[in-house]
Amino acid sequence: MAPPPAIELRAISKSFGAVQANRDVSLAVAAGSFAGIVGENGAGKSTLMSILYGLHAADSGDILIDGKPVRLRSARDAIRHGIGMVHQHFMLIETLSVLENVVLGAEGGAVLRPALRAARRALELLAREVGLEIEPDALVGALPIGAQQRVEILKALYRGARILILDEPTGVLTPQETDRLFEILKALQARGMTIILITPQLREIMAATDTVHVMRQGRMVARRDTASTSRAALAELMVGRKVRLALDKAAARPGAPVLVAQGLGLRDHQGIARLDGIDLALRAGEIVGIAGVSGNGQSELLELLAGMRAPTTGKIAISMRTIDATHPADPAELRGLGVAHVPEDRLRYGLIEPFEARETAMLGYQRRAPFSRRGLLDRAAMTRQCGALMERYDIRPPLPRLRSAGFSGGNQQKLILAREIAPAPRVLLAGQPTRGVDIGAIESIHRRLVALRDQGCAILVVSAELDEILALADRIIVMAGGRIVGEVAAERADPGTIGLMMAHVWPAPGASPAPSQAP
Amino acid sequence: MRARPLPAWVDVGLLPVVNLVLAFCVSGLIALAVGVDPRDAVRIMLEGAFGSAEAIGYTLYYATNFIFTGLAVALSFHAGLFNIGGEGQAALGGLGVGLVALACDRILPAPLLIPLAVAAAALFGAGWAAIPGWLQAYRGSHIVVTTIMFNFIAASLMVFLLVNVLIAPGSMSPESRAFAASARLPFLHELFAGLGVALAPSPLNLSAGLAALCCVAVWLLLFRTPWGVELRTMGHNPSAALYAGIDTKRMTVIVLCLSGALAGCVGVNEILGVQHRLILDFAAGCGFGGIAVSLMGRNHPVGVVLASLLFGGLVQGGAELSFAMPSVTRDMVVVIQGLVILFSGALANLARPWLEAGFARLGRVAPDGAG
Repeated sequence: MAPPPAIELRAISKSFGAVQANRDVSLAVAAGSFAGIVGENGAGKSTLMSILYGLHAADSGDILIDGKPVRLRSARDAIRHGIGMVHQHFMLIETLSVLENVVLGAEGGAVLRPALRAARRALELLAREVGLEIEPDALVGALPIGAQQRVEILKALYRGARILILDEPTGVLTPQETDRLFEILKALQARGMTIILITPQLREIMAATDTVHVMRQGRMVARRDTASTSRAALAELMVGRKVRLALDKAAARPGAPVLVAQGLGLRDHQGIARLDGIDLALRAGEIVGIAGVSGNGQSELLELLAGMRAPTTGKIAISMRTIDATHPADPAELRGLGVAHVPEDRLRYGLIEPFEARETAMLGYQRRAPFSRRGLLDRAAMTRQCGALMERYDIRPPLPRLRSAGFSGGNQQKLILAREIAPAPRVLLAGQPTRGVDIGAIESIHRRLVALRDQGCAILVVSAELDEILALADRIIVMAGGRIVGEVAAERADPGTIGLMMAHVWPAPGASPAPSQAP
Repeated sequence: MRARPLPAWVDVGLLPVVNLVLAFCVSGLIALAVGVDPRDAVRIMLEGAFGSAEAIGYTLYYATNFIFTGLAVALSFHAGLFNIGGEGQAALGGLGVGLVALACDRILPAPLLIPLAVAAAALFGAGWAAIPGWLQAYRGSHIVVTTIMFNFIAASLMVFLLVNVLIAPGSMSPESRAFAASARLPFLHELFAGLGVALAPSPLNLSAGLAALCCVAVWLLLFRTPWGVELRTMGHNPSAALYAGIDTKRMTVIVLCLSGALAGCVGVNEILGVQHRLILDFAAGCGFGGIAVSLMGRNHPVGVVLASLLFGGLVQGGAELSFAMPSVTRDMVVVIQGLVILFSGALANLARPWLEAGFARLGRVAPDGAG
């Protein structure tokens, strides 16, 4: 008889308020295997792993470890059953040494010294056997990110983990550190460890895993043996191929370029390139859609164009203004130049939850008429303007003085969109314009965007929904690994081709444009 | 599972009162322990703080200081900045007043000198707060650390100046010479005497009017100007402030300056209003009291005024108590103040779960339409 799987999840469901994060998810991972879980942001991967690690309780469903049903009420329970987790954001104390971090919470008594001695021996053993070499007395804060991550792995191993979960471990690593991580994981697997890797990077899945599980919108939609699948097939599964949203729109009549970006590049504070060599021209009266698996530089591109970050290299020209690393612009200046921005993360950037709706409805425009007159707020005008937007965009409840947090996500999104469209911008940057919005409202938002285009606005839409891009855009640009990997005119676009381009993650220099695959 | 939010009146009205009652209950136990009947103590404190026109005058005089420092903390708190340097900023404000008065009290008439001295108080307080503000905005030094360190620097600076530079010739105590009459803010009982109304003499002076003006100004600034919206945006959600194009570094420095200016006005009340010479330690802890006042007043100017009245009453009533009851020393009064701060600050939400549970039960019986 085959041994039972190391981990088996049966029909797990979990919802947070109105959001169903996991629906009826089942997953089995064989002992000693390397499983990958892929899916876009918000597909429910992290929630599922939090349930497995005891951080959230599932609403329904069962968890089996080595074939035996268990109840995991806390991370402590999970650790006792041999589950270890390396979080996306490290849970380390930077002012303590590696050794102290490793034993923290697992001291096993009131006296620290024996635990430290045991940990030092365990670390030496691991260093010999797995190549997990790390100076035990170094301060964690002084270590590079890749080494900090190895400390996280050590912590899990020291607690006796037999099953290791890694939540998007490579997002913060350089390519060299990433290679190193996978060497270590392979070595651990060779010693019988079961590994579950969550990542949006298909290259890593293809390179390391035995099986791959695809999640989409809270469901487990596919299980594949890595050897018999391809990046393209996975990308298509991740994004999903749904019925194309019908949208009546006339052909675009693009005018002169309004915003031109040349050679845009961005390095983050760890020196990792997030964007590289982006050339882009937005012309009046057209909608440009950016497609791509989320996390491939789209968000950073929006932030650069909106003035929330300065580019490391390259420049952005709008009107007579040229923005580059030495001449950055802030969002207020860009609004003055007619650039409106619907942020991707509306709760973080787009509104202030305790503020009244009428205050959210002027965020970013608070110094302009009619909101401000002779240095004072015109509250009557704020209420009027907010009320007018609420009526025009059917925002419910239509109460300008209700706290912004009191609206549903869809209504918050409509309020932000209404705010950004109201001043008749020359350029509209729309990040995930319909995320969390119900179907009826999606259609009305799409019609607004097309109407704005027909008035001569240049619109850039970034969306995780390929269907939305296909429905809205006149021109589609595909991004992967922080670069533009291709451009397609909307009338010639089909999900298959775009899926292939999206799968082209982290292309090696000089590699062929897309791996050819048997269907 | 979190209970639904409490009605607004409970949150801003009932909860602080409950906290206060708890603080007084514990104080009562301590009074019992030192052999004092708490009922007598409460009666003496209440009479001492509010029992006569003179008592009320003293209470309002102390409250004036707390309004200045409370507003200082509240304003910066709305911007997400915790200015705990009120003590030092108040000291520097007094220095500003003193320098202007000593330099000009024999040259300028009161109508010119007084506005000048007030401006100097605000300017010196602002300048003292601007340094930590700048360090936080552009160098990343946290103002909680820097402002408190600046309190010590301010105290040392004042000692140095009063012992070595500004000391009155021939004096044995570290204080400046007395100001001429033109550098004195009129007492309220003097003003009212001029109008033919007799008021009991007290240190209450025109600074109380300045404090009232400051309350209105802070309220206008925070809630009625676009700048106030930007300030509160930064306080609630710095990411959204970035998105809205708000220069948060500049805002940090300006907010600290305004906050310091408010705290500096304590110097107006004490030096220009009462002492009429520059002395040491005139702020007497009101800079720190301002933190409790602001916390208790929910960082709203109206709440700050109410909490200041309470703290002013505690100082004045406490002084009367230690005078009337020899077994109650001034230290006991500090203990009571400390308990009020503890229960309305650190333990401010102690009673919240009970109230929430209580109101949830009420809500099941009679659902109200307030939500």
